[in-house]
Amino acid sequence: MIRRRPRLGVFKFASCDGCQLTLLDCEDELLAVAEAVEIAYFPEATRTMDPGPYDVALVEGSITTPHDAERIQQVRSASRVLVTLGACATAGGIQALRNYADVGAYLAQVYASPGYVSTLATSTPIDAHVPVDLELRGCPIDKGQLLELIVALLHSRQPVLPRHSVCTDCKLAGNVCVTVARGEPCLGPVTHSGCGALCPGYHRGCFGCYGPRRNPNAPAMSAVLAASGTTGDALQRAWRGFTTADPVFEGEADRLRDEGGS
Amino acid sequence: MSERTIKVDYLARVEGEGALHLTWKDGRVDELALSIFEPPRFFEAFLRGRSALETPDITARICGICPVAYQMSACAAVEDAFGLQLPEPLRRLRRLLYCGEWIESHVLHIAMLHAPDFFGAPDAMALARDHKEEVVGALAAKKAGNAIVSMLGGREIHPINVKVGGFWRLPRAQEVDALREELLAARPRLEHVVRWTGTFEMPELQRDVPYLALAPEGPGAVYPFLEGPVRSTVGHRFGAAAWPSHVVESHVERSNALHAHLDGQVYQVGPLARYALNHALLPPDLQALAAEIGATPPVDNPFRSILVRGIEALYAMDEALRILDTLDSATLRGEASVEVVPRAGEGHGLSEAPRGILYHRYVTDDDGRVVDADIVPPTAQNQLSIEADLWALADDLWALDEDAATLRAEQAIRNYDPCISCATHFLTLTKEQG
Repeated sequence: MIRRRPRLGVFKFASCDGCQLTLLDCEDELLAVAEAVEIAYFPEATRTMDPGPYDVALVEGSITTPHDAERIQQVRSASRVLVTLGACATAGGIQALRNYADVGAYLAQVYASPGYVSTLATSTPIDAHVPVDLELRGCPIDKGQLLELIVALLHSRQPVLPRHSVCTDCKLAGNVCVTVARGEPCLGPVTHSGCGALCPGYHRGCFGCYGPRRNPNAPAMSAVLAASGTTGDALQRAWRGFTTADPVFEGEADRLRDEGGS
Repeated sequence: MSERTIKVDYLARVEGEGALHLTWKDGRVDELALSIFEPPRFFEAFLRGRSALETPDITARICGICPVAYQMSACAAVEDAFGLQLPEPLRRLRRLLYCGEWIESHVLHIAMLHAPDFFGAPDAMALARDHKEEVVGALAAKKAGNAIVSMLGGREIHPINVKVGGFWRLPRAQEVDALREELLAARPRLEHVVRWTGTFEMPELQRDVPYLALAPEGPGAVYPFLEGPVRSTVGHRFGAAAWPSHVVESHVERSNALHAHLDGQVYQVGPLARYALNHALLPPDLQALAAEIGATPPVDNPFRSILVRGIEALYAMDEALRILDTLDSATLRGEASVEVVPRAGEGHGLSEAPRGILYHRYVTDDDGRVVDADIVPPTAQNQLSIEADLWALADDLWALDEDAATLRAEQAIRNYDPCISCATHFLTLTKEQG
């Protein structure tokens, strides 16, 4: 029996295109991937736009417009497995900072014709709208994790995507701790693995672009950051970054805001 | 047939979400609109209140294909506001990083987004069936560009090593050596790809549109990434701080991106503009190659932009190799950044993104927080020029059958390597009263 190639769709919502670009950045593997799967829908790369159903949907971006809130339902119903790619799709992205502002009033204030712009008050992750089967974290996602996911799906197995912390990766890499040695604020202890402890390798603290690890202790992290000099609104901003709409990071920022009282 | 419509609901092989509607009545164009429905993401709005030191990382997220451009223009603007000057070695390293992005972005566009149009292929994967050596060679060249960004920036997309005042860490000698090997291996493969594009059949289109680019002058002038005043082919010459008095944007219903005018005129930025104003700064071997492949300056046919991107990609690769050769151990052991003291101020930053000039402006308070932000990306500047090209092509399109006309119209849009995610992000910032 000849096995049919899985049909792949790549879908964009509000995003920078960087996560889907990661697939095109697999320069050594791209042509092999294109042989192994049927690329049925991937507008950034091809004019071929086949309607579903799809075996696998890779979804980039967050939901920010009424039209996109409907479109994600169509993508879900046309797809057997739905995978979210990156910080926008998994945690609302940096554009979720709008969630703490009054977007409606803002639009009315600054536009002569706010009716030209169709937008929702919030930027929400995909799983706030439809069930998600698998997720890849990061802003952007890691190329190695993307290839692992594709290979796993081709072999009908679960992908190996560790959920430990960047801090653990740093120890494995033999990096000198940037907080201990340089006093840099670092979210590594609470941040999800996947980047290979990139920032500390460049003498910089982790800024949490993969979102929370499994079972993070956010208040303890805030205490460490505060002790090394990150306080006040800078401490809140540390949690309100590229994965700000994640419940753990958002909850900690809200707690700090409420505790601070100002 | 007196009525006809070309409708592309979702433009493929561009970055972001756009559509084209073109309608003829009685053989004349009745309606032409490039619409951008990419959702706005409100960057300038939520930048307010953030530390200006965060702007390189945050604005990088406007575009996954040209994050370095955002980091460079953001740094330039904030350093201007804070009154910082970078020493020469750090400026050279920023130029090196930018070389990587030009290679990566240009080669992606040449081989994967634009070349398929010249063969009627749906994508580069299909093109690779008949032109495997070229597509694989392009992928190797693109990978080498990405290797520059990874080495110096930490990763290809949204690099983490750039900061206001310089870098977090300087490269190590062994990283520099490994990169040099990769670039040397990719160089002939890239030249092969560029010569291949010289064999493409080019549709005819002659446009007379003002070009605007950074354009350094005098002794020591180099092909611009971050250098020089802004100049145009119609006599403009001004610095970054004068940008807002020359470039004005307006909001129209069909588009979530604003339209820009240069002193009231439609104009163009990008490779053709840079090349028209700076071709004399290219080394003789690249000038000779340009003439050989059909890109004798100035290039007025937008379809030939693919050739100029190739010349620029080769220039960026050669320039990267030249810079790598200057990185002696004293440079690599030097300071990675200058001291940054935040202060209240206003700063303007310009750099040449692969698609053209990218302008940033920030106003900061005493603590260095952003009070006001303004970003003008290249694709918003080119939007009216793209539409003007389509008007100029309308008679040719009318003569083609529907599939061919649609493909040709899309190809004309892709001449600009439009980055729609970039074009859209800045909607919220412009204040239109009344």
